[in-house]
Amino acid sequence: MTAPTSAGTATTDAAAPPLVHVEDLVVVLGHGRSARTVLDHVDLTVARGAAHGLVGESGSGKSTLAKALVGVHRPASGQIRLGGIPLPHRGLRGRRPDGLPRVQLVPQDPWSSLDPRRTVAETIAEALDPRRARVAPARGRIRTLLEQVRLDPDAADRYPHQFSGGQRQRIAVARALAADPDLLVADEITSALDLTTQAGILDLLADLRARLGLTMLFISHDLAVVREVSDEVTVLLHGRVVEQGPTEDVFARPSADYTRRLLAADPGAPGFTLDGAG
Amino acid sequence: MAVDTALLAEAALRGPSARKAWRRSPSLLAGGTVLLTLVVVGVLAPVLLSGPAGTLTGDANLRPGGAHWLGTDPFGRDALARALVATRLTLLMAAGATALSFVAGVAVGAGALLAPPRVRQVLLRVVDAAVAFPSLVLALVIAAVLGAGAGSAVVAIGLAGVPGFARLTYNLTQGVATRDFVTTAHLLGVPGPRVLARHVLPNVSGPLLVLLTSSFALSLLEISGLSFVGLGVQSPQYDWGRLLNEALPSIYTSPWLVLAPSLMLVLAGAGAMLAGDGLARLVDPRQAHGAPAGTRSTRRAAAAVTDVADGADGAGAGSDDAVLVVDGLVVEAAGRRLVDDVSFRVRPGEVVGLVGESGSGKSTIAMAVAGLLADGLVADARELRLRDMDLLGRPPARRLATEIGIVFQDPSATFNPALRLGSQLTEVLRVHLRRSRTASRDAVVAALTEIKVTEPRRRLRQHPHELSGGMLQRASIAAALSTEPALLVADEPTTALDVTVQAEVLRQLRRLQREHGTAVLFISHDIGVVGALCDTVLVLRDGRVVDRTTGAALRAGAADHPWTAALLAARPGARHEEATP
Repeated sequence: MTAPTSAGTATTDAAAPPLVHVEDLVVVLGHGRSARTVLDHVDLTVARGAAHGLVGESGSGKSTLAKALVGVHRPASGQIRLGGIPLPHRGLRGRRPDGLPRVQLVPQDPWSSLDPRRTVAETIAEALDPRRARVAPARGRIRTLLEQVRLDPDAADRYPHQFSGGQRQRIAVARALAADPDLLVADEITSALDLTTQAGILDLLADLRARLGLTMLFISHDLAVVREVSDEVTVLLHGRVVEQGPTEDVFARPSADYTRRLLAADPGAPGFTLDGAG
Repeated sequence: MAVDTALLAEAALRGPSARKAWRRSPSLLAGGTVLLTLVVVGVLAPVLLSGPAGTLTGDANLRPGGAHWLGTDPFGRDALARALVATRLTLLMAAGATALSFVAGVAVGAGALLAPPRVRQVLLRVVDAAVAFPSLVLALVIAAVLGAGAGSAVVAIGLAGVPGFARLTYNLTQGVATRDFVTTAHLLGVPGPRVLARHVLPNVSGPLLVLLTSSFALSLLEISGLSFVGLGVQSPQYDWGRLLNEALPSIYTSPWLVLAPSLMLVLAGAGAMLAGDGLARLVDPRQAHGAPAGTRSTRRAAAAVTDVADGADGAGAGSDDAVLVVDGLVVEAAGRRLVDDVSFRVRPGEVVGLVGESGSGKSTIAMAVAGLLADGLVADARELRLRDMDLLGRPPARRLATEIGIVFQDPSATFNPALRLGSQLTEVLRVHLRRSRTASRDAVVAALTEIKVTEPRRRLRQHPHELSGGMLQRASIAAALSTEPALLVADEPTTALDVTVQAEVLRQLRRLQREHGTAVLFISHDIGVVGALCDTVLVLRDGRVVDRTTGAALRAGAADHPWTAALLAARPGARHEEATP
């Protein structure tokens, strides 16, 4: 299967480089005999202000791509440019080059993404001031951020275990917003939540995007979720891009066989049946 | 003193709940009381008792009696007074050694986490070697090098305890360091040492504090041991070990002299161990909730049985042929109702779905039916019956195992990773139906073939990790159906699977269920899956049935009850259809 050329060129401003430009990216995890190619020549372009959906089943490499974007995984070959600046290969510890767009990752599991021993205010204060993490001077900003994710600002001094999964995910989003990111990477942030809670988080993301002009990379195994929040979609299978394009085109006229199978497997999709050829 | 600061720190961390924890943990209370008493003795005894403990008198080698409760030594000093006075030095030395082990050990362990990989490997190998080396021998060597004395005994025992703390700190911090909140802190640009101090160490403080108390007990014994063999405290100073050392030459003439220091040692050691045990319970939230009440199923007042005819489940006439009858099921945990008055029936060949969000009680109902309620949950019902078998009380294990097949959510956790699939899949057939090994294997191979598992014979020789999640889940469905059960209970069987795999597993489940005419109780949070598979659907919320509908109605998107409508509307696909009709 050949990877289609990068999508989203239509929406890219010719003058400014796209916020995310991934070219021919290969990521290999593990060493020696256990080495596995997790991303296999992946191209991806996300224009500033766009919402891009990344879909794939387990093992497709979608989370690896997210981690490569924040510098956790180092590419074996290929390149990642953020706002035209190559992402340094030194992982987390190195100094960021000036002008490199800020990327924040909201992790999947709301139970492990917040430190159980720190209050919400302390957690957010750390994103505002990573070195000292002082709460007192940041009170006002913490209130604003909590209001932005539609949480009660008076809850700032409570601990994570006093919140539900959906509320925790809102706190994680507030923390990501506190770092004033150019790109928000949401890695399966609703897959551990109940459907009604998920609906609330999806509404929140759409609202934040509209108000703050965020660029988003939304990762999910659920096509229907991605459809709701993205302008463009990339479908990954075994580390390769099998389909890429504007969301409505992909859903209306999927070109890849695998995308069609994905669409047909949704039990809520019209025409889904369990009877017939097994 | 080390242990008490540990207790205070732990209490401070946990706030008001600590007071309740004290009451919940009698061993912590007992251990804390003993240690506190010893501290008071250590403070007061040298002030009040230095006279009888130090003054040479003519009452040498007196037997225990009126004036001298535990007798006197060859110089006429009171044995009990000396043991009490020795408390201060002994406790100070043990606390000093423990503090040294703790501080140095945590520093080495945490340092290994921050160090570059090569340095870390070297450091860890050194620590491993040191852990393997007997700490008392190490202490003997150090004491011999530094010369005998109280100071060198503290250093020796303190250093001997460092590897244990280092190893535990490293192992614990490594577990925490891979959690998302630590990664996020790194990504935010928080410097490494600050991540360690802010996020990692606070989250491992519990187990470390527990080790601290048991390490204190151990240091106490080892230091006394060093003093006993003459490498520790030297005259004229004395600790419990030194007192034992001095009592040894006259062990046959005045055996009572070993009594006082031995008693004090046992008391202090037991106190610290009890406190450590209590702390461990306090730190472990699973143990903090007191003793489990045990699963108990009692029948309610017989008068209530008359209500059965109400047909609360809408079953109407002819309900006697039902495979499963659940009437007025209540499940409680520590006074909280998880399931409240739930009634339904499953008829032969019917697929009944329980749908709801987390906490709605759907899985608890399934486990109550299967007799697999967790410890501390108590089920009660007017009637809970599988065909003619009463599921309340204690139904025969063999009938339960063969007449109810169960498929769980996570296929990778259902199977024992160490055993081959063959023995696990044939277990019920061999154990409960007393079939031969070959017959069981043939039956399971047939069942696997039927559910389209590829190469069924080879699968039986494989370990669970060699199969994909979808294949494993098919295998568990096949095994669950191999006894021809009256009822199949499937608890979120496809939630852990990819969506394309889920569709295929559901198709096979549907087909087999039709062919065998098995009744199915199907639990899911996904109203789409339930709609596609089930004939009858119960919508649950907060442990109650809020709506009864059918799969056909859900497929058509029809819902009378507002909560069912809300669940349908929350499906992302449904939301999209609304947004762009």
